[in-house]
Amino acid sequence: MGKEKIRIGCGAGFSGDRLEPSEILAEKGNLDYLVLECLAERTISLAQKRKKENPLLGYDPLLERRIKRLLPILIKNKVRLITNMGAANPLEGGKKIIEIADQLGLRIKVAIVHGDDVFNQLNREEKTLESGVPLSSYSSIVSANAYLGIDAIIPALETDADIILTGRVADPSLFLAPIVNEFGWDLMNSTLLGQGTVLGHLMECAGQITGGYFADPVVKPVPDMDILGHPILEVSKDGTGIIRKVDGTGGLINTQTAKEQLLYEVLDPFAYYTPDVIADFSKVQIEEIGKNQIRISGGNGKPAPQTLKVSVGYDAGYLSEGEISYAGANAKERAFLAGEIIEKRISKAFDEFRVDYIGVSSLHGLELSKDSTPYEVRLRVAGKTQDPALSTLVGEEVEALYTNGPAGGGGARKYTHQLMGVVSILMDRDLISPKLTLLESN
Amino acid sequence: MKTKLSKIAHGRAGDKGNTLLLSLIPYDPINFEKLVKNVTEESVKAHLSHQLKGEIKRFVLPELKAIQFICQDSLGTGVTTSIAMDTHGKSLSYALLEMEIDLN
Repeated sequence: MGKEKIRIGCGAGFSGDRLEPSEILAEKGNLDYLVLECLAERTISLAQKRKKENPLLGYDPLLERRIKRLLPILIKNKVRLITNMGAANPLEGGKKIIEIADQLGLRIKVAIVHGDDVFNQLNREEKTLESGVPLSSYSSIVSANAYLGIDAIIPALETDADIILTGRVADPSLFLAPIVNEFGWDLMNSTLLGQGTVLGHLMECAGQITGGYFADPVVKPVPDMDILGHPILEVSKDGTGIIRKVDGTGGLINTQTAKEQLLYEVLDPFAYYTPDVIADFSKVQIEEIGKNQIRISGGNGKPAPQTLKVSVGYDAGYLSEGEISYAGANAKERAFLAGEIIEKRISKAFDEFRVDYIGVSSLHGLELSKDSTPYEVRLRVAGKTQDPALSTLVGEEVEALYTNGPAGGGGARKYTHQLMGVVSILMDRDLISPKLTLLESN
Repeated sequence: MKTKLSKIAHGRAGDKGNTLLLSLIPYDPINFEKLVKNVTEESVKAHLSHQLKGEIKRFVLPELKAIQFICQDSLGTGVTTSIAMDTHGKSLSYALLEMEIDLN
């Protein structure tokens, strides 16, 4: 307590993010906290599925690798880790971290934030936000996790735990919680919570504010993306934040990268709902105060909503896919013929069916590419089905074009995926009880 | 004279369920008003009619000099169940930037 400034790094912006940027941050970032945000909306449902198959799993698949590499650095430099890598099973994830610490001979404490799993409290008559139909109309519901906020994380920070491991929490809350806790901000001060949420939102995707997912070598060049640095937030007691990165890392931080990230996945810039506040992003000020350094102020907010968002995962059947390529003279015409053949043969067997021409129309449709004549085209066919017997059919049919289809087809591939759908409902926050469990190594 | 948006603006696409979010940010703030005038809910809907199936709402942010479009029913049921190549619609930021406007 009593600090004037704290420094928080974000070393991962999704489950599969690079490993070494977080190590560079922990080693050279002069950090108080390191956040790893590894839990997208669908990721937790997939994790719930792994937990069902093995009750000892269901935490982030990279938890072990990340913690093994990071833990010695974190302990040496006294950096506290806050991460949602607990995913669907924070308790077992916590035990795994303790096991790693014991192996490394490090004495640590882990504070586990859970209670986000509300599967047993689901009201099946509740209507989904996406479609307005009740949950009972979804065939097989496999998971339900509520987005917890800073009120669930702060008690964990009040302990002397080295690592705070959570399941589903709102991404910006991973950053807002240590800020509120260190500065003793009033939880009723919506202006401060709104500004802190702006900072958390800018940080939560890690490399997406340091030039990742921004670069375009023609109009928006970003240097040294092979060693892209992840961001460091230095936040002052009044809520003003400065975002920068470790010297010597690649990337770019400026008003353009900040604006793209500020609006990323924001449904309403005047009212961004989190469990902590309804934040107003519309009057945020971004100032470039040096090379790769920006100052952020002007976030605002209104009191937190009474309801929390709950992500509900359900089995959505199978995606059956096949691909094959054509190149040279009449490549487009031969690919189109191949697509027509498959469509005639099997499209009616699937609930949804789609033919894409990679290189022509697979991303933006035919309209925007109608004058283009690419040298090579890749046919991609996809079908959705609830029937396991049909789940491999598209790939098989595309592969059979080798001997039955147009000339010169090459590189056939086939894929089958089980689909996990996610819908959302709102739940009264009084029905949800966050829990805290402490574990200690030997 | 018609100019492609990609010459004067940049942006990022995001997704929430079956809702596509597209930001549009001028490189030079001087072009912000021209974007506000020309890149409207109607013109975006017309430009991407094959993709945008639902209601479109535009937020104009004069302090940030940015525009955000919220496009419902535009991701073929959304990232978790769509059978499209780009289930998130992440590449669609560049589809918006293909639009041409009159800069005069």
